[in-house]
Amino acid sequence: MAALINVPAKAKRGAIIEIRTLTSHIMETGFRHTAAGDVVPRDIITSFTCRYNGAEIFRADLFPAIAANPYLSFFTVAKESGKFEFEWIGDNGYSSTASASITVE
Amino acid sequence: MIFWRAIAAATLFATTPALLAGEIPPDARRSGYAFMGPDTQAMQDDDTINPGMLFVLDGEALWGRKSGSANKACADCHGDARSSMKGVAARYPAFDKASGRPVTLDQRINLCRANHQQATPLPYESRDLLALSAFVAHQSRGVAITAGDDPQLKPFIEQGRDLFMQREGQLNLACTNCHDDNFNKRLAGAPITQGQPTGYPLYRLEWQTLGSLERRLRSCMSGVRAQAYDYGSPELVALELYLMSRARGLPMETPAVRP
Repeated sequence: MAALINVPAKAKRGAIIEIRTLTSHIMETGFRHTAAGDVVPRDIITSFTCRYNGAEIFRADLFPAIAANPYLSFFTVAKESGKFEFEWIGDNGYSSTASASITVE
Repeated sequence: MIFWRAIAAATLFATTPALLAGEIPPDARRSGYAFMGPDTQAMQDDDTINPGMLFVLDGEALWGRKSGSANKACADCHGDARSSMKGVAARYPAFDKASGRPVTLDQRINLCRANHQQATPLPYESRDLLALSAFVAHQSRGVAITAGDDPQLKPFIEQGRDLFMQREGQLNLACTNCHDDNFNKRLAGAPITQGQPTGYPLYRLEWQTLGSLERRLRSCMSGVRAQAYDYGSPELVALELYLMSRARGLPMETPAVRP
């Protein structure tokens, strides 16, 4: 699925940087019914993780009340050049990944 | 005699603007963007938080993917969309010579699929069709709308204009009653806009997804308790065409974000 990741390409060592992620997902709550009265089964992202050079720096649990195409923004300290890896895990075996690199000077 | 005639003329002159209140002059035309709060505007302005951009990304992938029994991708004929599709959406709905009628961008995509890719048409409001039309229309972002300039479209614009002015539904309201005569006011707390279709397909927060202008028109029709026209019906296409010609000169915003 498409994801939009915003990580600064370059940062000064020790600088606080903002990371923003937006991913495609319908986030079906499981509380809605079809016109025929059947429950639309829940289909949401349940967990998001961000790793910075392998070490987990941010994790979030997501719930049915979160809007479709979840947007998450968080901060970290730019310590070294390398890679941010993002992973979204959800219902029905859903899994999606993305990555972005940063150069720290 | 001259005196009475002058009064009669003055009365006529004074009432004329009210009678013509329907039309919004070009310099008073405002996109729905201008009616939104700063948070929603910020969401549209920043491509990294605009959820419509997710569909544009999907559309870009579809543009290059081979499809149908002709095994051709959009890119095989049209090349790089950044140049070949720039300004195209600002001219749609456009006149289709084969059918002698205007077609919307969604219909053009499906005509291309049928005629050149030998592929099945994509259903209206399906993710793939919205993604493709968002990707194509995104190439026109910032381009001024010129739809309806083709003289062959004139009767269809007239038809759309008539539909726009025609009262319908249990509430007995025409589009013009809100969008020409009462914009800037509020309806149940929500701002009434001029109904300028500058950013379709757009991401509506209420829908939690991207949607077409036809979906928006159908929502308005159920809002006035009228029977909505079917997707792709000549009436909806004519309305879409009239609305685009009415927004002439406004820049395209696709993918816009609306509340």
